[in-house]
Formats: sequence, structure tokens, C-alpha cells
Amino acid sequence: MSEAALETRGLVRRFGGLVATDNVSLRLEPGARHALIGPNGAGKTTLVNLLTGILKPTAGAVLLEGRDVSALSANARVRRGLCRTFQINQLFPAMTPAESLCLAVGERLGRGGSWLGLAGADGAILGEVEDLLRRFDLLAVMDQPTHKLAYGKQRLLEIALALARRPRVLLLDEPAAGVPEGERADILAALAALPADVTILLIEHDMDLVFRFATRISVLVAGRLLMEGSPAEVAADPRVREVYLGADAHG
Amino acid sequence: MSEAARLSAHLTRGARWGLGEIAFWLLIVALIFLVPSRALLINEILIAGLFAMSLDLILGYAGIISLGHAAFFGIGAYGAAILASRGIHDPILGLILASLLAGFLGLATAPLLLRGSDLTRLMVTLGICLMLGELANRNSWATGGADGLNFELTPIFGLLPIGFTGQRNAALYSLVVLFLLFVLARRIVQSPFGLSLRALKENRLRAGALGVSAPHRLIVIYAISATYAGAAGALVAQTTQIVSLDVFDFHRSADVLLMLIIGGTGYLYGGIIGAALFIAIKDGLSTATPEYWEFWIGLLLVALVLGGRERIGARLHALLPRRLRGGSAA
Repeated sequence: MSEAALETRGLVRRFGGLVATDNVSLRLEPGARHALIGPNGAGKTTLVNLLTGILKPTAGAVLLEGRDVSALSANARVRRGLCRTFQINQLFPAMTPAESLCLAVGERLGRGGSWLGLAGADGAILGEVEDLLRRFDLLAVMDQPTHKLAYGKQRLLEIALALARRPRVLLLDEPAAGVPEGERADILAALAALPADVTILLIEHDMDLVFRFATRISVLVAGRLLMEGSPAEVAADPRVREVYLGADAHG
Repeated sequence: MSEAARLSAHLTRGARWGLGEIAFWLLIVALIFLVPSRALLINEILIAGLFAMSLDLILGYAGIISLGHAAFFGIGAYGAAILASRGIHDPILGLILASLLAGFLGLATAPLLLRGSDLTRLMVTLGICLMLGELANRNSWATGGADGLNFELTPIFGLLPIGFTGQRNAALYSLVVLFLLFVLARRIVQSPFGLSLRALKENRLRAGALGVSAPHRLIVIYAISATYAGAAGALVAQTTQIVSLDVFDFHRSADVLLMLIIGGTGYLYGGIIGAALFIAIKDGLSTATPEYWEFWIGLLLVALVLGGRERIGARLHALLPRRLRGGSAA
């Protein structure tokens, strides 16, 4: 068995008496397109925070490309190649997409602490920023303040920023959340065009998106992994239908 | 224009010098020569402008609020004075050493500002400034205590005396220091480091998720800002050749914040413009209504922060024809 890109072993997180994450063991192969689904309150956000290092586990471990990163800070995990996007946009409102990406690429190249160079005059950074702007269809709006962009464009920038770090593993937290119908196709196209060698964990409510994108699906219910399987297996599983589709499944 | 050229032009737009900016600096030089009788006032404005610019580096660019910035101003002033009274009479060497001393103090105290809320930061900065003021008062063997400290300086390059006998030289000296430090600050805010400060100020969560290490960056800019404030303090001491305990006064920390808010934060010129307005208003009104001038400053301040927060400099800037506009105020 090859080394997993991202793995959790017996991950537990308690908040007082509440067990938000209950013995979760998850394994993502390199290049996986893996989705994590579950009803509201299933503990998806807690799990994401455990993976990224915002929270420390009560028990268990998180492994990134075979190395235990449980003790590392969020920042150190980013530098090891574990990046995320946010369900609610976390952008730099007054900065332009070009500036935001320039920052992200510069930080990855370790130039962010330099205080005499000119941020926008580095050929290596510029080439990469231009490439990202083109891939995410942001060239036309690259010099507008981010807060003035259409919501769909902001969601694209949200993904482009994470990708600017050239992650090994990328957590996409509801990438299509709140995107109006007319701009949804852009998001789906951007997701489909993500580099094949990047391992992706998609946390999503939107079943249509999950079934289009993912090749493996894990179902989280009340902090536990209920099951894992291919989209067809998950769709056919009566337990999933029961917890996920709720009353409809009984109807 | 190709996409690459457009991108590069966009990202480096702030680094280009506009004609308006060049005119700004030439105007100050002209004023010093044309109105030598007001050289003392101009010198005061330039030094206050440098002090306010140092505060802008942390407040406008990094979002760190301080009510004790006079701590570094005072260290710079006493540093320059004590060096001069102990045998280092060269003003430039004294200025550099005193500024660095303030910078080290900034470096040492910056970690105290990383945790807690804005209220914490206000109290920590205020507290440090109070402590330093009292230390200066207590250690009169070095500082002269309540009597202050007089000292002698050699002329700059052995040629240009500064101080009361050379008020125009003093103003020119302050202008050169302000300009050089302004050019450096302009580079710093346009650098990758400057970009990361903006990102931290706008969204610390996301900046962290992109790998920006907030503590390191904030400590560095705080130390730079403290060095600048120290330079302003050293200039005050050197150009008046006396220093007294009021350099640590609370009103200095408060005034510099007022000047910066009046001029506008986050574009470097705000401090200088604010200092000029503040001191000109103070000078004009205190001759007309000596007991009452702070009323008008207060009114202006309330109107400014409630009335849209738009910086005065930006309004003036918008009045300029497009080709005259510089980049850094964009």
C-alpha cells in the first residue's frame, strides 16, 4: 500500500462532555478526489480544524504524507503543503486579486519577509500570478479591489489563493456555497481543472457537486464515520439515505 | 498592453514617483529658503511629521494602535542628548545611535503587543511610556532629571551649525532625515514584507492560512517604527540642544495620534500633512485665541472621524490632474 497523502488515525476531539469528533480514521490516496459529507452538526468543521491545526486533537493523530503533523501549528502545516479554502470567503477586501496572489506566491517562495525588494517586480512571482489569474478567469478584474468583485469571482479567488501555495493536499470547504446559479458553472469548471496530482478533500453540502467531483465519499454523522465508499455505494446505502435525506427516505 | 505588462504595471504602480509628490518635497525646500523667519516652525512640523509617519507604519500599515509612542520619541531624544553630553558631539552619529537604541527598545517590547485586544495594546504602550518617563526623572545623574539636559553639538560635516544659531540649517537637517526615512519607508511598504503587513491587517486568518507568520512580521515593523520615532526624538533634541522630561509626556503620544488621524493613515504622507495642519492650526489659533485653540482641533477631529473617515490628503490628491498624481497615495 502506498503512503497516504493525508491520513487520520483514531482522531478524537472532545469539548467538555461533547464528543465532536469520535474516533475518525480517514485515508486519502495521493491525487484523490475525496468528499466528506454529513448533515448539519455532524462535526465537519471540527474535523477540518483538526486537520488544519486550528484545533489540537484530544487523542489520535493527523499524518501528512506519512509524517505525524499532530503537534505542528496551522502555519507549519501550510508550509508542509496542507492548504484550505474557507466556506465563508476569507479574502483581503481592499487588495486586488493580483496583489493577493502576489502575496500568496511570494510567501510560498519565502520572499515575504524581504523588505527592500519590490513586491510586483519579481519575474518568477509575476509569471505565476499571471498564470493563476488566467486559469481562474480573473485577468479582467485583477486590478479591482476584491470587495468589488462579483461573488462568483470572489469564490474563484478563494480557491486560486490556496492553489498559489502549491499545496500537496487541499481542503475545499463548500467551494460553491452561496454562489448564484449563473456563476456556478465557473466554479465547477475551476474544480474540474485543479491539478491532478493535488490531493483534494471536498467538504460539501451540495450533493450534485459531490457526485460530479468525488471518486470516494466519506459520510460523517454525529462525529463518527458512518461509511466510506464510491459515489454509487454511498448513494445506494440505506443508512446514508436515512440520516442524510431524513424524512424523505422514510416517505 | 499585454496581460503581463498590465499586471506588472498594476503591481508596481505604488512605486512610481508622481509629479505631485516631487512638487510636495520641492515646496518644503522652497519654504525653508523663502520664509527663513518661520524655519523654527517648519522644523517643528518636519519632526512631528516624521514622528507621525512612524506611528503610521504600525497603525496604518499593521493595525497596531499605540498611546505610548512617545516612549521611543523620548528614548531617541535622551539618547541623542546623553551621547552628546558624554563626548559624541557629531549630530549624525548621535542621531543614528539614538534611533537604533529606540529601535532595540521597540524590538524588546513588541512581543508584549502580540496578544490581547486593542485595549491591551493601548494600556501596554501607555504603561511602558509612563515607566520610561519616570526612569528618566529618577536617574537625574544621566538625564538631568527635572532640570533637563543641555549639550553641545559640532556643526554637521564641520560646516553647518544647527540649533538656535542655525535655524535654517536645523530645518534642512530635519528635512533631509525625514526625506531619507520617507524613501526607505516607501520601499518598505511596497516590498513583499509591506504587502504581507497589509494582508495581516485586512484578514489575519487568511494571511495565516497562506503561511504568513504574524508575530515575526509585526515585531519587525514595530521595531522599524520605534527606530523612526527615535529619530524624530533625536532631531528634536539636537535642533533645540536641550531635552527635558516632557518628551515622554502623554500629550505627545496623543498629539501624534491626532496628527496622523487628521492627515490620514496608511499612505505615509498622512503624518506629514497632519502634522502641518495640526501645528499650523495650533500656531494660528493660539495667537488668535490662546486659551481656546484646542476647541477647534477637537471639533475638527470629531468632524473628521465621523464624517466618512476620508483622509484629507486623499481629497487634496483627487483635486490634482491625473498625470500629476503619484502612485503611493493611490
